[in-house]
Amino acid sequence: MSELTSAAPVEKLTKKQLKADHPTWCPACGDFAVLASFFNVVQKLGIPHEKICVVAGIGCSSRFPYFVNAHGIHFIHGRALPLATGISLSRPDLHVFVFGGDGDGFSIGGNHLNHAARKNVNLSYVVMDNFVYGLTKNQTSPTTPLGRKSKTDPRGAIDQPINPMAQLVASGATFIARTHAAQVKHMNEMFERAILHPGFAVVETLSECTMFYPGAFDDGNPRKGGTFDLVDEDTQELDSISAAMDLSQDLSPGKFGVYYETKRPTKNELERAWLSDAQKSVAGKSGQDILRQRFAAMR
Amino acid sequence: MPPSTAPAHPDTPSSALRNAVIRLAGNSQDGIQSIGAFLGQLAGSTAQEVMTYMTIPSTISGGPSIFQVHLGSGDVLHPGDEADTLVAFYQHSYDNHLKTLKDGGICFYDSDQVEEIKEERGIIHIGVPFTTATIEAIGGSAKSRGKNIFVLGLLCAVYQLDRERMTEIIAGKFGKKSEDVLRNAMLAYDAGYAWPVHDIEHMPMAPGENVGDKRLSTDGNTMLSLGLIAGGVRFGAGYPITPWTTIMEFLRSELPKYNGMFIQCEDELAAVSLAIGASYSGHLSITGSSGPGLALKSEAIGYACMAEMPLIVVNIQRGGPSTGLPTSVEQSDLMQAIYGSHGDAPRVVIAPKNVEDCFYTALEACRIAREYSTPVLILSDQAIATRLEAFEEPDLEKHWREPALDLSERGEDFKPYPLDQITKHSPPGARSGVEKYPVVTGLEHDEWGHPSGNPLNHEKMTAKRRDKLRKLAESYAPTEVHGMPSGSLLFVGWGSTYGPIKEATDRMISEGHVVGAVHLRHVHPLPNDLSEVFEKYDHILVPEMNDSGMYGFGQLATLLRAKTCNAGIQSLNKVQGISFRVLEIVAAAEKLIAQK
Repeated sequence: MSELTSAAPVEKLTKKQLKADHPTWCPACGDFAVLASFFNVVQKLGIPHEKICVVAGIGCSSRFPYFVNAHGIHFIHGRALPLATGISLSRPDLHVFVFGGDGDGFSIGGNHLNHAARKNVNLSYVVMDNFVYGLTKNQTSPTTPLGRKSKTDPRGAIDQPINPMAQLVASGATFIARTHAAQVKHMNEMFERAILHPGFAVVETLSECTMFYPGAFDDGNPRKGGTFDLVDEDTQELDSISAAMDLSQDLSPGKFGVYYETKRPTKNELERAWLSDAQKSVAGKSGQDILRQRFAAMR
Repeated sequence: MPPSTAPAHPDTPSSALRNAVIRLAGNSQDGIQSIGAFLGQLAGSTAQEVMTYMTIPSTISGGPSIFQVHLGSGDVLHPGDEADTLVAFYQHSYDNHLKTLKDGGICFYDSDQVEEIKEERGIIHIGVPFTTATIEAIGGSAKSRGKNIFVLGLLCAVYQLDRERMTEIIAGKFGKKSEDVLRNAMLAYDAGYAWPVHDIEHMPMAPGENVGDKRLSTDGNTMLSLGLIAGGVRFGAGYPITPWTTIMEFLRSELPKYNGMFIQCEDELAAVSLAIGASYSGHLSITGSSGPGLALKSEAIGYACMAEMPLIVVNIQRGGPSTGLPTSVEQSDLMQAIYGSHGDAPRVVIAPKNVEDCFYTALEACRIAREYSTPVLILSDQAIATRLEAFEEPDLEKHWREPALDLSERGEDFKPYPLDQITKHSPPGARSGVEKYPVVTGLEHDEWGHPSGNPLNHEKMTAKRRDKLRKLAESYAPTEVHGMPSGSLLFVGWGSTYGPIKEATDRMISEGHVVGAVHLRHVHPLPNDLSEVFEKYDHILVPEMNDSGMYGFGQLATLLRAKTCNAGIQSLNKVQGISFRVLEIVAAAEKLIAQK
């Protein structure tokens, strides 16, 4: 696989260049703000248009690739992260963005989240968490709070919801942040830091489903009478697992900002290191010659 | 089996053996596989043919195990119906495998371990204290290690194999470890070679006829891996499962030398997804598994059909369903390979017929995946995957394909899913001249990749994905028939039944029957000319290692009946976790012919 550098000069992208189909989301869905924020950050960072790669699984939020005019791939339910891992590892020249919801990321794709995190694959992952299955119309999701009624829990949810922040910390993700789709400035900042982080960066973004779970995140929205408390980075030890775990204890509405950030070699770097050592060991021999040598050893 | 000369008292070279089937029976930790591997490598480098067959217990360590080696001066097409020589390491090995020895065959047994001998069928018993003789040769603390090499020496002497070449092979294998290990191996080998076998004369093998200075001997999984590399695969992902695992181990170690990468994943779903991700990125990539793992990958393979991604999926079949017989051979994944996804999800399925063919099948899979932008499944099986064969080295000048990432700018006329052409994706990183970037998708889509629920569009797109495979079938070379071009019976097979079917055909022809054989690499889509070929025979017999199912026909036979409407197609099924014996195929064919 070849390392690539863009020969074309990088010109700043306009919103017009980045917009594609009009989103099919419901009016006032929190996901519109996430899309706008993504456009903003990509423009600001000056990423070459053809190097943007938008990946998603299945769900309302996973329709994301259709709404961005960039290389995109809309995959199957729950497998966006392993697909993106294949892209990221085989093409270090690309900027890989994964978008998806709580069902896609924490339920059907839950195992992949743990492994992408521990392997520290270089990509940015935005989980648009709305605490409900929206595309299939109001079933309980892995983050639905206890007692909340849905079509699959008419008496109220009885299963303990997962704690995404604690899970990500335990899995070994190297950048973990939490934001709110109604707090555009903060969301922009979190996205930008996630993209610039070398390694597996996750931003859990509370994004309201106005159709099935209106008001789910009002407690984190000052305009709706809630509080938007930020992580105090002057006192918070960002690379402390126990401090991140402490922060993760209360998520209702909890604090917003970076919970954990550390530097660890990425899977991409470690695999590339093996490749370059192997390349040294074959000392410029052609592929054909390496294979011939292998044949000779089998005689 | 072709008539081999009587094993007893060959005084002249003209009476030298043309074939020898040696069955080694012991426990899996005794290293009997390495005796087989040494004999196989020797055969490959001395112009002889070889085919091996092994059973491995599916326990973690230990348990009864056999390794059978069929050596031949000319063609060797199967691992041998019955053994000429049995080597029994234990009483249980002796008791369980004596029946596989032919009448008048020779049985070497470890006289330290085997106490009860049955005198029957003129079998010649030769007791040799493998264990104590090895300890004496190597010295005090050897325990039972090295007795496999002692037995190797014994067999080399009995069959008068090339002693010098074998010494080189042993040195090549053990020399890397340490001087002690090599010295002990040589002591054991020499002791075995020199062991006086008074009861029989030596039985020299005739010189090999397959002269060529570039002959390899290896197993199917290795050859499949090398074919993938030569075909341009530089990315793969997998999850361990027997008997697929050795391919992922091999590619994980080898691909970095070719500037490629193989990733071990958390599960089968992730593995196929990583591979699709790399394919989407513009690299031809591969994933693989065995039966249960293929089932787990099914949804994503269906995605690759829908999104029209080039992808290679290897399935090393084993006994099923479920965990089944994980270390035994079966051909029961054919339907799963062809139809194992929801919806109409056309993909290509091809099957290698032997170890050598694994290389060329892999090459063809690479070519088809690229040209038709489709998933291609390679259906191998446990027998081909693990057995050794010797054959001529492939010509890389002719077959090597250097991979290239096409990131050229796409113009105004680019569409990811054109109705009038085969899809050629624009990978990420490729600029669009008109600033319009494609979305690759599993939703039904229009030519630009936009989701579309339009009824007629779905029908047209379904036809587009199917028609490219029809086009592929039109490109096949005419079907080749081995043996008689018309007559009373035609065998049709696929995969690892190739050898026994070919040998059965040859034997029946030599006995006056008018029979032929077709062996299919392209099991999906099937060749278009099969009807014409079939019409020239009274009976069509399809030997397959799968069940006859609800309606009396095996999986390929069912498809052939559907494709050709030929009511003469009959099945011969075997699901014992072991390959067909030649005589089983001959007997079934003779019975069918006699029915008229």
